[in-house]
Amino acid sequence: MLNIQNLKCYHGRIQAIKGVDLFIGKGELVTLVGANGSGKSTLVQAVCGLLNEWKGEIRFENELLAGLKPSSIVKRGISMVPEGRMIFSTLSVLDNLKLGAYTRYRKKRMAEAVENDLQMVLDLFPVLKDRASQPAGTLSGGEQQMLAIGRALMARPKLLVLDEPSVGLAPLLVRKILSTLEQLRNQGLTILLIEQNAHAALEIADRGYVIETGRVVLEGAASDLLNDEELKKVYLGKDYCESYPKNFIPLRCCN
Amino acid sequence: MQEILQYLFSGITNGAIYAVIAVGFSMLYNSTELINFAHGEFVMLGGLGIVTLWGGSLLPLPAAFVLTVIGVAFVGFLLERVALRKVSRSQPIVLVIITIGASIFLRGIGMLIWGKDAHAIPSFTKLSPMDVFGAKLMPQSILILAIVLLVVVGLHLFYRKTLTGKAMQACAINEKAAWLSGIPSDQMVLLAFFLSAGIGAIAGIIIAPITMCGYDMGILLGLKGFCAAMLGGLGSLWGSLVGGLLLGISESLGVGYVSSSLKDAIAFLVLLLILYIRPTGILGIKEAKRF
Repeated sequence: MLNIQNLKCYHGRIQAIKGVDLFIGKGELVTLVGANGSGKSTLVQAVCGLLNEWKGEIRFENELLAGLKPSSIVKRGISMVPEGRMIFSTLSVLDNLKLGAYTRYRKKRMAEAVENDLQMVLDLFPVLKDRASQPAGTLSGGEQQMLAIGRALMARPKLLVLDEPSVGLAPLLVRKILSTLEQLRNQGLTILLIEQNAHAALEIADRGYVIETGRVVLEGAASDLLNDEELKKVYLGKDYCESYPKNFIPLRCCN
Repeated sequence: MQEILQYLFSGITNGAIYAVIAVGFSMLYNSTELINFAHGEFVMLGGLGIVTLWGGSLLPLPAAFVLTVIGVAFVGFLLERVALRKVSRSQPIVLVIITIGASIFLRGIGMLIWGKDAHAIPSFTKLSPMDVFGAKLMPQSILILAIVLLVVVGLHLFYRKTLTGKAMQACAINEKAAWLSGIPSDQMVLLAFFLSAGIGAIAGIIIAPITMCGYDMGILLGLKGFCAAMLGGLGSLWGSLVGGLLLGISESLGVGYVSSSLKDAIAFLVLLLILYIRPTGILGIKEAKRF
């Protein structure tokens, strides 16, 4: 579905991505893990059209994505949940969700489908239903994350990209978010999950890529990566299984 | 009683016009976080436009009104496209300075087309002034107030009820997130300039019969409108309305009871005072942000 070949991204003079190949098949949940500054976010920004300085090839459903505005990319079926949630804080929760379907509201006959999706999202995150008319800025961090995911789903994407959805959330909420993603994958949605929380992400993913200073250093089935000795040492921490509860380990914390 | 009523009437009339100008500032700020110092020139173009189209008997009033508003809105459109779009990744201060440049440019164009003389047109209505407790209430004042309310309520509904209005707010809150939600932010900015310039033109049109219109009328009106917007809280529609009226009334009371030479100073005195006590303006509130 998404096919990236020899991608190189630049922030001015700095080359943040140094030739990455990445492939996501239909219905897969793929995770991209790596430490701070490894280039994860840069990569997805290039995919979503927020970054223009890149070379290489990004194909989505065999169509080249180059020089497209972010809104056009949303129309083609890629929705992103940005890092830091970025909800529209002074608008109501309901308005946030409706704006997620902005590209679809423009077509008359879509109105009903959008209403259905709204119901679907509110069922997925019942807490948003109770707060539908509240300004989004008054939600807690976890609720805001759910809202950001809901907003992205409202565009009815073929591929959902999430940039570090677990940052700053309590472990219980992280688990809730990740299990929601699993649920969405089981319903047939293709997902690209960017995470620092490598263990948690790999547990729910089908495949994973490990990225370091702009290069993919490891890739494979998520279960293989979880058992990879090298990865365990570097990313998951040597003794983490014994000393910490699951889903709690930030990267590189106990090495 | 009669005296104070008369001052109030003229204050409210002037204040309503300041309010429309302030609304133009506020709505552009709302959608782009940019202060457009060329906004006063839209007012000037509106006033001189109606002077030519209606005052010159080229068109009937409604047609002249609509054509002027659309024409000036299109100037706003061009300003964004030609002058500001090219540097849209730039810092706000650069954009603000570009709008100052655009203001000088538009003023020059106005002088070339309409000359240096001031122009006047008759009142829109032929009705005679009404007598309210001895004070004279001009029909034009009622017309002005009605148009102002129409503009503010219209914009309020646009922001509250329409998806486009909400999308416009979303662009101002977080442009990146707006893009990612599929909202074409660049088109929203363009629309904001279009609307704001059109609103500026409306202010110019309704002020035309009660003042002299000249190529340089935009400077002071723009500043007063900016004051009113700051007074009420930049970005708040109702704040602009309150700020405009407050400014107009305090000006006319000041002129009546203190000295007419102080007229323009009063606006800035009031602004200083309010900003000292309440820096966000009267109705300006801190955004509910939580990250």
